[in-house]
Amino acid sequence: MNAIIFSALWGVILMLAGVFIKNKTSIRYLAIIGAALLILADVFELYHPETPIFHIDARNMLSFNVFGLEMNAIAFISTLLYFLLSSKDIEKVGSNVAEYFALIFFVLCGVAIVTSYSNLLMLFLGIEILSIPLFILTGSSKKNLKSNEASLKYFLMGAFSTGILLLGIAFLYGASKNGSFLIEDIGAGKNTPSPLMITGILLLAFSLSFKVSAAPFHFWTPDVYDGSPTVFTSFMATVVKGAAFVAFIRIFSNAFGDLQSKWELIIAIITASTLIIGNVTAVFQQSVKRMLAYSSIAQVGFMLFSILGLKFINTAQEGIALYITAYSLATVGLFAVLTKMNDHSLEGFNGLAKKQPLIAATSTVFLLSLAGIPLTAGFFAKYYMISAVMQLGKFYWLIILSLVCAAISVYYYFRIIQAMYFKEGAGTEVQFSELSPTFEALLVLVSAAIIVLGIKPDLLTNWLNLIYF
Amino acid sequence: MPINYYIFLSVALFCIGVAGVLTRRNAIIIFMCVELMLNAVNLLLVAFSKMHHVALYKINPEAGINGQIFVFFIMVVAAAEVSVGLAIIVMMYRNTHSVDVNFLNRLKH
Repeated sequence: MNAIIFSALWGVILMLAGVFIKNKTSIRYLAIIGAALLILADVFELYHPETPIFHIDARNMLSFNVFGLEMNAIAFISTLLYFLLSSKDIEKVGSNVAEYFALIFFVLCGVAIVTSYSNLLMLFLGIEILSIPLFILTGSSKKNLKSNEASLKYFLMGAFSTGILLLGIAFLYGASKNGSFLIEDIGAGKNTPSPLMITGILLLAFSLSFKVSAAPFHFWTPDVYDGSPTVFTSFMATVVKGAAFVAFIRIFSNAFGDLQSKWELIIAIITASTLIIGNVTAVFQQSVKRMLAYSSIAQVGFMLFSILGLKFINTAQEGIALYITAYSLATVGLFAVLTKMNDHSLEGFNGLAKKQPLIAATSTVFLLSLAGIPLTAGFFAKYYMISAVMQLGKFYWLIILSLVCAAISVYYYFRIIQAMYFKEGAGTEVQFSELSPTFEALLVLVSAAIIVLGIKPDLLTNWLNLIYF
Repeated sequence: MPINYYIFLSVALFCIGVAGVLTRRNAIIIFMCVELMLNAVNLLLVAFSKMHHVALYKINPEAGINGQIFVFFIMVVAAAEVSVGLAIIVMMYRNTHSVDVNFLNRLKH
């Protein structure tokens, strides 16, 4: 509850600050302080659940557990890193800096709701609070036609998938025995689910696949990620995607866990097509930004493994926490580098190692982690995901397919590394706008975190088994 | 009336909305079709709410009321979405002098 109230309040404070404070730098510091306080408030609730700062009776609408609060913490830490790395670039998008930060805090409010809902109403509200500010952020570069187009596309697709989500919720409500939206109740009557209920589950699965951009509902992703300002793409691809995934897991484990035999084949097909489409299309991209969009689709394919492995909830939860952390850290870092570059095509990376050896080295760590090479966090993330499905004893074809796709992904990630280290740069033009020492130090910090998690993943996974004492 | 009639009516309205979103080219009309989808769901929720109320009111006099509350939330969120969506459409109209989604092909290359 702390995080929900606090992020919404801080968003309002930032919006008012936009009226009174004209200095962009102080607004930026205000946002960074807000993100840090948000992490503190969330972690405080994690360790002291009996004494919340804001005492509000949620009347069964929300229930806070360790997993949800820790996914919040991961999202907020990624946001803090994102602010520290790229908040200077947010200032360059347009003149309404305070509003951009305020909208990001409203998105974080949605994140905190979707990680801890226990009622379908809160799922719907959380998803909407998550998406509506994003429509605005996507279109924030008002004179840029690509940004306009991306925001309109995102908006229409988002509203469409909300409609599907709502039809699914209505069906589940109709099928529930006692007319309730609680997620423990809608799964009741488990032995013989009615056709209405199966349809509801499928519609919910489709619309959440839209939100996490799983194939065949991914078609908006490359356009939106490519068209929106690069700083906001970074935020969308990490924090928001992770939160939508937690919403997906929460409903499938708490409500539909016992009906797994009914939906597992559909989820397996969605996973397989996401892996194939994401990885194969990424190979053909010339722009790094667009390639990262397809790579984010491909990573969703692996994250979907956790839904299939939900019977083994511990492995699935540890896996998804590790995966979202590894993916968010690497993607935030890579996008921060990309934002500073003038040329987003693959050629823009040519000869980067000679000019900026530190940036090239850290980017290499990020790319290795995304590809899942051992000694980086990405390796154990993929390992946990695959082991969750292995324990299920089914879908071996999916595991083989995912290994093949991981091999394909190595090709397109290593193309950037090759461009940085083994190709000659064009020479004269300045590749980087101003670089501060703090920026470089932060990149080193993020890549160090990725390597530490790659050597000792239990630092994170043990945290999930936290027991109150 | 049996509940099935309401389900068929709502699903039919919903499908009209989906077909409109998929085939129409004018952004405003696509938008109206999305609203049609949301309102079909509202109708369905009210029908189910009544169904649950009739089935359960002896045990719990407030049974089924939450479905109607949900409808209010959908209406409020849809209004918020409309305000953002129309702003985006106006922004696009200022730049391209058209609201035709066929203009939206700059990113496909």
